[in-house]
Amino acid sequence: MFEQIKHNMETISGIEIYPILSLLIFFFFFVGLGFWVFSYKKEKIQEMSEIPLDEGRIIISKDK
Amino acid sequence: MEMEQFYYDNKIVKKFIYATILFGVVGMLVGLTLAVMYLFPNITDGISWLSYGRLRPLHTNAVIFAFVGNAFFAGMYYSLQRLLKARMFSDFLSNLHFWGWQLIIVAAAITLPLGYTSSKEYAELEWPIDIAIALIWVVMGINMIGTMLRRRERHLYVAIWFYLATFVTVAVLHIFNNIEIPVSALKSYSVYAGVQDALVQWWYGHNAVAFFLTTPFLGLMYYFIPKVANRPIYSYRLSIIHFWSLIFIYIWAGPHHLLYSALPNWAQNLGVAFSVMLIAPSWGGMINGLLTLRGAWDKVREEPVLKFFVVAITGYGMATFEGPMLSLKNVNAIAHYTDWIIAHVHVGALAWNGFMSFGIIYWLIPRMTKSTLFSKKLANFHFWIGTLGIILYTLPMYVAGFQQASMWKQFNPDGTLTYGNFLETVTAIMPLYWMRAIGGTLYLIGMFTLVYNIIMTVRVGDTIEDELAQAPALQRISSSRLSGEKFHSWLERKPIQLTILATIAILIGGIIQIVPTIMVKSNIPTISSVKPYTPLELEGRDLYIREGCVGCHSQSVRPFRSEVVRYGPQSKAGEFVYDHPFLWGSKRTGPDLLRVGGKYNDNWHFNHFWNPQSTSSGSIMPGYKWLFDNEAMDISLTQKKMQAMITLGVPYSDADVANAQKTLRAQALAIEKSLENDPDYVKSYEASKKKAAETGEKFVPMNEREIVALIAYIQRLGTDIKVKETSK
Repeated sequence: MFEQIKHNMETISGIEIYPILSLLIFFFFFVGLGFWVFSYKKEKIQEMSEIPLDEGRIIISKDK
Repeated sequence: MEMEQFYYDNKIVKKFIYATILFGVVGMLVGLTLAVMYLFPNITDGISWLSYGRLRPLHTNAVIFAFVGNAFFAGMYYSLQRLLKARMFSDFLSNLHFWGWQLIIVAAAITLPLGYTSSKEYAELEWPIDIAIALIWVVMGINMIGTMLRRRERHLYVAIWFYLATFVTVAVLHIFNNIEIPVSALKSYSVYAGVQDALVQWWYGHNAVAFFLTTPFLGLMYYFIPKVANRPIYSYRLSIIHFWSLIFIYIWAGPHHLLYSALPNWAQNLGVAFSVMLIAPSWGGMINGLLTLRGAWDKVREEPVLKFFVVAITGYGMATFEGPMLSLKNVNAIAHYTDWIIAHVHVGALAWNGFMSFGIIYWLIPRMTKSTLFSKKLANFHFWIGTLGIILYTLPMYVAGFQQASMWKQFNPDGTLTYGNFLETVTAIMPLYWMRAIGGTLYLIGMFTLVYNIIMTVRVGDTIEDELAQAPALQRISSSRLSGEKFHSWLERKPIQLTILATIAILIGGIIQIVPTIMVKSNIPTISSVKPYTPLELEGRDLYIREGCVGCHSQSVRPFRSEVVRYGPQSKAGEFVYDHPFLWGSKRTGPDLLRVGGKYNDNWHFNHFWNPQSTSSGSIMPGYKWLFDNEAMDISLTQKKMQAMITLGVPYSDADVANAQKTLRAQALAIEKSLENDPDYVKSYEASKKKAAETGEKFVPMNEREIVALIAYIQRLGTDIKVKETSK
């Protein structure tokens, strides 16, 4: 797979950095995501996950 | 704390639900009609606007954009208001969105059967409708983001992130895939050609599945499952990972639709790698949905809504397991172009989108009419007959796909194809097409049950009114980060910034794939013998597009021995440089046509287009009799079309354009002359001439009719390469 990518893209100057760059993008994307998610406090997660269950107080008018 | 009163807009939700039901019935009816056409190909004989090629895009567009689209909008308008504790930003925009979208659907329902199509799958609509879609989509986006800015809930729940990603990504995809040069009010050419057009199209096509059929419904899942089960989502942390990794990875996977095509290998492999990765976030989401019901399975037994949801999520899991598998080159080599893919997409459409929508409708209507569902029994019946319908639809299509692919690849010991006649591989799977039509019928019966059940519920219940609610006002806090506030907490209360970050996440994949293919010339080696189409062939190609031939015939020969023996040399990127748009197709109900030019004589094509069964007994292709009508083909735009092609880089000279009508006529006359080789043709042609003279009708000579242009195009296919090989 790698050979084919290199073969077809040799015409771009500085192409060697692409695979390293993409690996880095990926690595940091998912590491960052991990940090993001696990730095939440438990109570905050609880609070956020309960948003759909609370839609404010529904007032039913009396004439109904 | 100051309490504020406001109304939830239920009327807009009601409108979208009714539209969902209406277009669900229409879309599925058209689908069933198409399934029946496999069994009785000439059931609408001679009626151009009811022909298979023109109805297929109507079915896909109706189901995707009208049924699933309206279902998403209904669920989104309901959940967004409640998740934000605010009425929609503007009633005017809500209604503009609703009516604008329905008008677009009507425009599609009229133009597609009339043959106005760009031929790019799920993007068939012509340029004025494309512009309307973009505008209405932006209206929806403004309304969504406006509501977020007026919310009474600090944190944006994860469902809303999915809605935002849907809005942004569909806008980007739609605009870039539909960049076209108009030649008339309802005709345009894609600015991209051949390989590039294919890549952009499937970057769009794949992500239309991702961001029109998946992310919006995941958003709905994250709202409605907790709501119906009355418990929070299994893991909110997982939902965050699900969101970011899904939108980040999905956008790269488009090229798996073009495996073994003339697309550069690096792009194909990139598509495969990301498609395999996709299984992780997809299954993360599925598990998150299903595990929400842990400890509540007794409710699933009681509540039809949850039954629908469980099968929907299971369908999502099956389709997203199958997707990565189909992206593996060895599996794709078997499945591609066959009914396996039809099974795959219908697991997604019927189970995931369909059942999710039904569940939401069954839950929302009683709530909004302040009553209970008219009949739980009928809803259960719908669930079971729908499930059976899905099974009866998909299983035969899996078998059909596998069987046909195996037959295509079967060789005799002497090296010849066992089933050299493509037709044999079609007639072999006819019983499976029958079963598919039965499965589809069951599913449709379920849909009609829903219609009845909902009508009765609405009749018994209250009129749907806006709902008065009360919630504390959101306290103003600094728009910058508070001390001690983490970055994500800040981001998740800032809709604009969140949208921008999501946009960046989806743009990375698109840019890395598409920019090199368009910029790097060496990706498409030119072939000197490949020349632009003649004026007549160009017109013929437009007829090929108008009739939707691409729905059943591919123009892409894969580098397999079985295909090279059957069709001729494999496709090369350089062959398609003048193809605006590309016509590689995605399904072979009939054989590949890339190298069909010169394989049969003009008379064969003439007879075949009139009555396919006369030349190919047992064929399931319909006749195209209207191409033979006693009417002259419209060639008033030929020069304008060539000018448009010149703008796009097709090397027609000024003389080519100036002499277009002359060249066109000369080539048409030559074809008419060659047709006269067949005495039967001469006999019937003379007879119709005589008949016209008797009735006093004006007689249009054969060379001026549409069929001649289509024959010219078909006979040109693949011949450029043959010239090169013989001259060597």
